[in-house]
Amino acid sequence: MAKVEFLGPIGKEPMEVDIKNLKELKDIFRDDKKIQEWLKISAVAVNDTLVNDIDIKIDKNDKISILPPVCGG
Amino acid sequence: MLWLYNGALDVESILSDWYREYRDKNFGAFINFVGIVRKEGNIEGLSFDIYEPLLRSWFEEWQKRAKSKNALVLMAHSIGDVPIHKSSYISAVLSPKRRVALSMIDEFVEDFKANAPIWKYDLVDGKRVYAKDRSLKLPNSGILSSKD
Repeated sequence: MAKVEFLGPIGKEPMEVDIKNLKELKDIFRDDKKIQEWLKISAVAVNDTLVNDIDIKIDKNDKISILPPVCGG
Repeated sequence: MLWLYNGALDVESILSDWYREYRDKNFGAFINFVGIVRKEGNIEGLSFDIYEPLLRSWFEEWQKRAKSKNALVLMAHSIGDVPIHKSSYISAVLSPKRRVALSMIDEFVEDFKANAPIWKYDLVDGKRVYAKDRSLKLPNSGILSSKD
């Protein structure tokens, strides 16, 4: 199972998902109104690299991170 | 080099350490930036979450860029609560001649603001309030959203 972690202020517990690509993760979240508010402004990293394509393949040991808007300093 | 600390940064100590470490490495310029938490509205301070793996890879890319110009970047940042009038962020660029360091510190701090995976909260009545309005979306945000 791939692991999904929600970073910073999202405040949602990590979850495990059985998916082949990020498009399937998008489908899992489709009806979750609360997480949709975050997803529309959040970036996505797979194994600590930011990605720009939801067709990217996901393996069972992959880590997917959801990153909301940032402000350091 | 990147250092993360719990709570406010000890600016005098960190800058002294950096100066002592690098003063004899033949860098002619040592330009630093110190971010200090300002009093704004009713905040008691700021608080920070950091995603360290991505922060380190972001920083390493900058170090490569600096080294290609014979320069070096240094950075320290706080995790957790930092009261007003204390520092949460220090960065510095060392270079053989001043122009590279002066230019790079500006680019580095701006890119840090836009891309470093750090989340800021205002501390109000002892609670953390996400500074959403002051935060910036990372590249390709929204790819998992089902909303238009």
